[in-house]
Amino acid sequence: MATKRIRLIEIAHARSGDKGDAGNVGVIARDERFYPVLLEQLTADAVKRHFEGICFGSVDRYELPNLGALNFILHNTLGGGGTVSLKNDAQGKTLSSAILRMEIDIDATLLNA
Amino acid sequence: MNTSIRIASGQGFWGDLIDAPYHQVTRGPIDYLMMDFLAEVTMSIMQKQKLRDPALGYARDLPAQIGRMLPHLVEKNVKVITNGGGVNPLACRDAIFREAERQGITGLKVGVVVGDDILDRIDALRAEDIELRNMESGESLARIRDRIVSANVYFGAFPIVEALRQGAQIIITGRTTDTGLTLAPMIHEFGWAADDWDRLAAGTVAGHILECGGQSSGGNFLGDWKSVPDLAHIGFPIAEAHPDGTVFITKHENTGGLVSVATVKEQLLYEIGDPREYITPDCIADFTSIRLKQEGENRVRVSDVRGRPDTPFYKVSASYHDGYAASGTLTYAWPDALEKARAADAILRTRLADLGLHFDEIRSEYVGHDSCLGPLATMPEEINEVVLRVGVRGKDKAHVARFGQELAPLILTGPPSVTGFAGGRPKPSDVIAYWPALIPKTAVTPQVIVEEN
Repeated sequence: MATKRIRLIEIAHARSGDKGDAGNVGVIARDERFYPVLLEQLTADAVKRHFEGICFGSVDRYELPNLGALNFILHNTLGGGGTVSLKNDAQGKTLSSAILRMEIDIDATLLNA
Repeated sequence: MNTSIRIASGQGFWGDLIDAPYHQVTRGPIDYLMMDFLAEVTMSIMQKQKLRDPALGYARDLPAQIGRMLPHLVEKNVKVITNGGGVNPLACRDAIFREAERQGITGLKVGVVVGDDILDRIDALRAEDIELRNMESGESLARIRDRIVSANVYFGAFPIVEALRQGAQIIITGRTTDTGLTLAPMIHEFGWAADDWDRLAAGTVAGHILECGGQSSGGNFLGDWKSVPDLAHIGFPIAEAHPDGTVFITKHENTGGLVSVATVKEQLLYEIGDPREYITPDCIADFTSIRLKQEGENRVRVSDVRGRPDTPFYKVSASYHDGYAASGTLTYAWPDALEKARAADAILRTRLADLGLHFDEIRSEYVGHDSCLGPLATMPEEINEVVLRVGVRGKDKAHVARFGQELAPLILTGPPSVTGFAGGRPKPSDVIAYWPALIPKTAVTPQVIVEEN
């Protein structure tokens, strides 16, 4: 099997927002054949590593197989939360873009299927 | 029993497109218009406005928005449900009655839901062992008791259902859940029982899809934003609801934007926690049960939603004063834009330390380089320009104010090629923090008042 290293944005899209001081990041497979790749590669640990220096708490992962999607809660991420935070992105609106920069390994044949 | 009803989203937050509700009412058929105005920060802003003027404390755009729509609402018998009443829904109602009188419209029935504001009851509740501990940290309310600005209970759909039953055409609430605004007309029109959990969950999911306005009809769509047509004239979403709980998400003909499975999926994932437990005062919806299907152009079917019984608690959102903050920016140009901005930040921090100022936090970001991506940002070979954005937060207002006086001097006493300081000195603003808690449903009673002008 030939694997290829790609950025997550090629096979997924995302939306993010705030829940107190936690960021919520929903990641959606662009096609259902990519959902198993998300399940395998986007572990809570991998996402926590990706957000090193941004997320200072734990990462929870939830599965929505019906939508081909995963939801991540990134605790201690928004600098105190919406109105307290000094961050330009106090509500974590761009965490969605940030997660899509993640590099993952994928079976190259899946990309062309 | 009606076969189906069309519920339109007219507002996704306080500050959304002013004309969106008017367009929803005039550009095609709808039965209900829901308008969500309230974020957590909104209630404390409204509370401050009410303290200054007892006739304020609601979404000030709302009476004029309703006034403009009113002849159409009356002619087409469209009902409006909104939480724009904020911390003063009765004053909001009176302002709407004044709009009606100005237009010579009489016999307008307006319903108001009150009872969510527990600011004056906090000590009495705590005396009854309702502690209002922070539901995330477990902390006692005592730490912030003397700094509380607002405290409101999140009500659900049923008080609105009661107002509809009494014939109200416009319903103004205080802190009602965003989802309850959409669920209520379904319960009313279809006669759903208070324990019909799957259907209540279906209406709740529809409410989640509508509550952020254009964010489910092509706005903020990361899937393929370039494919969304004519965002300038975006049509806000409409839920066509059926008695069995099936809902079709669509928008008016000849409007911009896009309703697709992908746009609806993004909104479904917005600001949720555990998808199996989307908790509202009305039910617990299971987002892992939702089925989506494209049923035509700009038309998505939402079905198979499963629900579970509600909890014995309402959520409370209290806000409290938590110090002061200020932030300001300076723009640095090529060459060495980022190095200059970093040097300026270091100089500023040295001066703040020399002055003996104390802050809870000083944050520096480089807009154009890393303010969104943080450590994930990559270094380009040459950066054209960058905005240094520095913010401070602390308990002492004088220290925060002094920070504001130290930023501009960097223009003449720091690194070169700097500009972009037209806004004057950054001024300290109040920091309002949030305190989420739970309260037994038995401790609070929503009141519904329906009156005719």
